[in-house]
Amino acid sequence: MRINCPCCGERSVDEFAYHGDATVRRPDAKAPDAMAQFTAYAFMRTNPHGSHRELWYHAAGCHAWLVVTRIIANHTIADVELARDVATHPVHDKREVA
Amino acid sequence: MQHYSLFSVLRESLRGHTGWKPAWREPQLQSQYDVVIIGGGGHGLATAYYLAKRYGQMRIAVLEKGWIGGGNVGRNTTIVRSNYLLAQNIPFYEMSMQLWEGLEHELNYNAMVSQRGVLNLCHSDAQRDAFARRGNAMRIHGVDAELLDRPAVKKMYPFLDFDNGRFPIYGGLLQRRGGTVRHDAVAWGYARAADGLGVDIVQNCEVKGFRIQNGAVTGVETTRGFVAASKVAVAVAGNSSRVMAMAGRQLPIESHVLQAFVTEGLKPVIDGVVTFGAGHFYISQSDKGGLVFGGDLDGYNSYAQRGNLPVVEDVCEGGMALMPRLGRVRILRSWGGIMDMSMDGSPIIDRTDIGGLYFNGGWCYGGFKATPASGLCFAHLIARDEPHALARSYRLDRFASGHAIDEKGMGPNPNLH
Repeated sequence: MRINCPCCGERSVDEFAYHGDATVRRPDAKAPDAMAQFTAYAFMRTNPHGSHRELWYHAAGCHAWLVVTRIIANHTIADVELARDVATHPVHDKREVA
Repeated sequence: MQHYSLFSVLRESLRGHTGWKPAWREPQLQSQYDVVIIGGGGHGLATAYYLAKRYGQMRIAVLEKGWIGGGNVGRNTTIVRSNYLLAQNIPFYEMSMQLWEGLEHELNYNAMVSQRGVLNLCHSDAQRDAFARRGNAMRIHGVDAELLDRPAVKKMYPFLDFDNGRFPIYGGLLQRRGGTVRHDAVAWGYARAADGLGVDIVQNCEVKGFRIQNGAVTGVETTRGFVAASKVAVAVAGNSSRVMAMAGRQLPIESHVLQAFVTEGLKPVIDGVVTFGAGHFYISQSDKGGLVFGGDLDGYNSYAQRGNLPVVEDVCEGGMALMPRLGRVRILRSWGGIMDMSMDGSPIIDRTDIGGLYFNGGWCYGGFKATPASGLCFAHLIARDEPHALARSYRLDRFASGHAIDEKGMGPNPNLH
């Protein structure tokens, strides 16, 4: 498995650290059901068989946080974006697509 | 059920082995059962066996999408042990260990249970202290544990690299009653014994959905049509999230791939199970002679049943650091198994919020050793509708209530457990 880092080009997976599902969002602590929301945020995952948006950190490279879209059934990587771009341009956030 | 014994072997050897019958039937799927168990792996088959054996007359079906023994029960590294730290885990895994000890007589099947000892090595003062604590926790619960110093380990395994520059061996925690069990035979033994008690084991029958009415399950849709059942039990670790998604439920689980390896057959070189406490490497030798070893998870979500090369390299480096003589051995094959990695590293055996739907999963990479106890506790839950005393902590809602069972203290990071 090789990840095409937007800064460094295609690199082996062992340069990257994995940080799981990129679609979970820290909830509002003041929401009336904050406890239930935080439980879901910390523990519950869709764990799909198909397309998965996930966070990778280029630890042995440029130190960029990436959002990788990967097909879990066969490890095919469909898309790689800088997490910064996903965070600052919500229009790029494709989490609803999956 | 045909009884296996020395007498039956002698009789058949005189008759040219013409009298052996198939170990289990190939039954037609009925339209209705009392209990449908989804998943014909070790846990599903053990559940069916204990349900039929200990919890009374029921019409039970086990639905398997592939074939018996073709899933994770045939993809693990066959190690059994009960060397846990936390009070929620030790009695459960110890019951499993005791069931292993009596399994072959109970099932009338040779599962090659071999209590050859499991030795965890430590490589620092802090790790030795942690092992002393875990050993004490085990002994308080009546489980055997011995803390070995360096000379004692050297006497057992003189060929290990005791003076490794980075990870010298300080000693180890030994559970002599731990060991290995032939995994395929566990699946076949439970299948045969359950079949003998009237359980229908239906292979090549995939569940495609649940039928749920008024908050209670009424049956399952399968590739062979609808099957009605008032109780449906899910035991499909590795694919739990996919199956439970068909019931509209999310789980505190991620699926991860764990790789394992077998070398060419050798004469006996290592008589127990040894784990390298620093480098995520463990090894034993099968009765056929192959060295069976593995390491850590690949670390990312996967349903692919195969991993990537960096972890292969990492595992082999760990092996060389522990046992330099491995460098001359050739690897025969490697494979990957899909783990239900739960958010605290511990399993789930519980009812769901849907009436009649029971869930068993989240076994991480510790499912094989738990097979008998998991089956017994799940059978108890299904039959009595209340948890078995030793599986009371394995609740689905423990994450919400703050009662996570985190053996390694890693928090909700499934790839670190």
